[in-house]
Amino acid sequence: MLGRHSDLPLKGDATSRFLPWLVALMVYLSAVSLAGVFVLNGLVHSWDHDVSGTLTVQVQPVPGEAGEALTDERVRQAVELMRRTPGVLAARALDKKQILALLEPWLGNTDVVKDLPLPRLIDVIIDPDANLELLELADRLARSVPGATLDDHRIWLSRLINLSRTTEWVAIAILVLIGCVTSATVIYATRTSMAVHRSVIEVLHLIGAHDDYIARQFADRSFALGFSGGVIGLALAVPSLTAIGWAARRIEGGFLPSLSLPITGWVMIAMLPVIAAVLAMLTARLAVHGTLARMP
Amino acid sequence: MSSFAASGEAKLRNNRRGENIIRFDSVGLRYGLGPEVLRDVTFALPSGSFHFLTGSSGAGKSSLMRLMYLGLRPTRGRVVLFDRDIAMTKRYELPALRRRVGVVFQDFRLLDHLSAMDNVALPLRVRGVKESEVRKHVPELLNWVGLSEQINAKPPTLSGGQKQRVAIARAVIGRPDLLLADEPTGNVDDHIAMRLLHLFEELNRLGTTVLIATHNQSLVDRFSQYPRLHIERGTVVGAG
Repeated sequence: MLGRHSDLPLKGDATSRFLPWLVALMVYLSAVSLAGVFVLNGLVHSWDHDVSGTLTVQVQPVPGEAGEALTDERVRQAVELMRRTPGVLAARALDKKQILALLEPWLGNTDVVKDLPLPRLIDVIIDPDANLELLELADRLARSVPGATLDDHRIWLSRLINLSRTTEWVAIAILVLIGCVTSATVIYATRTSMAVHRSVIEVLHLIGAHDDYIARQFADRSFALGFSGGVIGLALAVPSLTAIGWAARRIEGGFLPSLSLPITGWVMIAMLPVIAAVLAMLTARLAVHGTLARMP
Repeated sequence: MSSFAASGEAKLRNNRRGENIIRFDSVGLRYGLGPEVLRDVTFALPSGSFHFLTGSSGAGKSSLMRLMYLGLRPTRGRVVLFDRDIAMTKRYELPALRRRVGVVFQDFRLLDHLSAMDNVALPLRVRGVKESEVRKHVPELLNWVGLSEQINAKPPTLSGGQKQRVAIARAVIGRPDLLLADEPTGNVDDHIAMRLLHLFEELNRLGTTVLIATHNQSLVDRFSQYPRLHIERGTVVGAG
């Protein structure tokens, strides 16, 4: 495709100079947006899984000398109550070591933290398909086990997921917009080039060239320009994404799941130059056909 | 010229000698909202004929030629080319008809960025002829029109006469059924002019219908055996 014969002197066009850089910018922005879509999708999936499958029971520590034993008893009662509840698949109390590990990203690993009267946590796995009455369960838990509360994190997590999903759709919309802008630019560049080479096109037309013979030459050129621009954009995007990933890993804690880009994301991003080239090629072809259709 | 001629003889032509290869019935043409530049043009060219198209400058010769090579569509009347009514012919079918018409434009219309070889090769390449065939026939024809030394030269480096010969070679390389030439001898000396006219005669003998637009009266007189179409103020007023 890149080495096919061409009768049109398209290599010297002014459009040949600016189009690759514009496509490079578009591919760069697309790569960043696409990475955002994949990372957000991973986050949403992870959160969605968590929110639909787990609950947390919190048992306040009982102060005093006998408090430790009483707290253990309350935790045991809460675990039993949860295990007896239909729709609950498993309930497991976290030991102090696990609770401290959860707090470590925020409070650090110091002796002071170990001495704090920390609430005890029970990790509850529920059947996502079970229609669990959470308010009723919370009420029953509060009445049966003093100091125990059901932490229904589904509400705020759902809001977070909604926010992420909205952001994801905005990123997809940006991708579509980038595609539209790229197409519009290719149409403008192609029409400009056609105007510059009108006399050559007329000769080809009059000696019996089909529209597709002429369109193919513009399409081939657009493919080559789109691909070269795409490779430049990709070469700029990969270090940027790597740097963002490195920075994200530094802020990861218990709150945020992994922000790494999945392999499918990298594959999609690696395909962007080809996608940009094919988009440029098809757009140029359509633009040429549209213009030639006005000739006799 | 030998293999060129031989392949021309071998070619099967759709139009038998004597049948009209092109016919105009009451054709009119205007550009935009301007006055009619062609009015009630009616004539027919039998297949295998050789005609001169004469008329003073501005009489409408070039407009008539443009209609014949399908560079324009008439604003009224009927043009029938190779038994196809142009008004009824789909746009995507026109390239096939154009390929059967060879045209020598008055302003040559050579592509300046291509060599003489590539300019002449254009009609073959748009038809998808194999590159080996292109490389065989084009140099042969360029040699015949006396441009074997300029095969790789680009049009801006050629003289007016040389450009004209490249344009003629491009028009005849595809062995057209109809050859239209607009002032084909305007920029060449008498010797070359006679050589080119003999090339057109040879093509005509092989079955190509030839129409040469010229205002060179001496040339027409030298080939007085061929009939003339005369155009005056946009109307074909006579043949003879």
